[in-house]
Amino acid sequence: MISSPAAKPADRQPELVLKAEDITKSFGAVEVLKGISLQARTHDVISILGASGSGKSTFLRCLNLLETPTSGRLVVHGEEVKLGGDRGPDARHVQRIRARLGMVFQQFNLWSHRTVLENVMEGPVHVKKQKVAEARERAEALLARVGLSQRMDMYPSQLSGGQQQRVAIARALAMEPDAILFDEPTSALDPELVGEVLKVMRDLAEEGRTMIVVTHEMDFARAVSSEVVFLHEGRIAEQGAPDAMFSAPKSEEFARFIAKRH
Amino acid sequence: MDLIGTLLANWPRLLDGTAMTLKLTVTAALISVVITPLLALGRVHAGPVAGGLLRLYVSFVRGTPLLAQLFLVFYGSGQFRPFFQEWGLWGFIREPFNCCVLVLVMYTTAYQAEILRGGIQAVPRGEVEAAQAVGMTYRQILRRVIFPHAVRFAWPGLGNEMIILVKGSALASVVTVFDLMGRSRQIFLHSFDFAIYIWAAAIYLMITACIVLLWRLIELRLARHMHPSSPLPGASP
Repeated sequence: MISSPAAKPADRQPELVLKAEDITKSFGAVEVLKGISLQARTHDVISILGASGSGKSTFLRCLNLLETPTSGRLVVHGEEVKLGGDRGPDARHVQRIRARLGMVFQQFNLWSHRTVLENVMEGPVHVKKQKVAEARERAEALLARVGLSQRMDMYPSQLSGGQQQRVAIARALAMEPDAILFDEPTSALDPELVGEVLKVMRDLAEEGRTMIVVTHEMDFARAVSSEVVFLHEGRIAEQGAPDAMFSAPKSEEFARFIAKRH
Repeated sequence: MDLIGTLLANWPRLLDGTAMTLKLTVTAALISVVITPLLALGRVHAGPVAGGLLRLYVSFVRGTPLLAQLFLVFYGSGQFRPFFQEWGLWGFIREPFNCCVLVLVMYTTAYQAEILRGGIQAVPRGEVEAAQAVGMTYRQILRRVIFPHAVRFAWPGLGNEMIILVKGSALASVVTVFDLMGRSRQIFLHSFDFAIYIWAAAIYLMITACIVLLWRLIELRLARHMHPSSPLPGASP
């Protein structure tokens, strides 16, 4: 069951899906994140903008613990993530959190030795222990949704970048995540393929999915997000409603950032 | 030199030797299938102490002749008989066949582990991260993402090791195991019929040719997702 468009943002009281508090991350002596806090409620679409090196991808990767934050608090769906100091967080706990947060990567990262359909079924069958027939039915429906019914038995290397990224989105959706993290989902695509991926993401936003999107697509951020976060040198330089931010930036950094791109 | 006559006179013993050669190599190969992945993972993940020990093991095995290793185990084990008896291993180690399998396993796994380690390290990082991101456990990631790729990368190199293993098993003949080489030598020493060695070489060549063929077939199957141009079963246009 793909959640129907009936779940409009206003229908339910939004609940807190994810809360990050004062996240820092250092690689050796380099402090990449200097204390970032963020809250995502159901139906939020949060775009994270920033120049390269501002820490936006690192921050996103901290949210599902592909990077372990150096310090800070992380609460996913009411469950506090124990970061666990030197020994790192507890593996089972991390796996549970990750299964609730979908992730879409810049380089798609499809499993190249599995077909499109197998890529989408993999998580439901092996992590959520769904029955194969059930997972297949859902996977087929999701692939139809992203317009790839005709490509189900192909391998990723036989698809264009845009098609691969749509498979990756279907793969994330198959886990029925509480929120989906997008790490520059269109940055590796040829310009003419960007549109098809953004369209799928727009549809997801419209049906009320909770999304956190690291992106360089200003138009997407402005039109689709409920909130924009602008990172500069590992800190949040500005944050707020997209229209207000784009029409009247408060910080000098964000003003300069959008001036460069328009 | 009467090749056919030599074969007709000696084929039962040649067949017997061939069976022993196959038994030695297949046993060693099957055991190495279990040990190699563990050693390779150890080389990738082990800390300084365990990693150092593994490196020492690999460099010892790679740096000394197989024959020397065989003599060390075969003749050396007698020196430590009380020790092996205490551990209940004497019955195992005093059998020449077992000594040979042990040495062949040590020898082949040292090389195979290095080849597989290279394969593991070449697995696309992003595919591992994607597996982590859906919440797979480390064991699942190993089984479903890392090893399928690593084995494919390592496959041609592992095939070489299988061929080397077949040929290396010929050394068993010097410690009283009557494999193909041992039988041939026995026949030669009784008849001084040089042609028996031609037949032995031909049989070794046949065995290795079979391995090459088998390996190529499996390689194509492992890499089927790498050949987008070839028609795929069930692929829709």
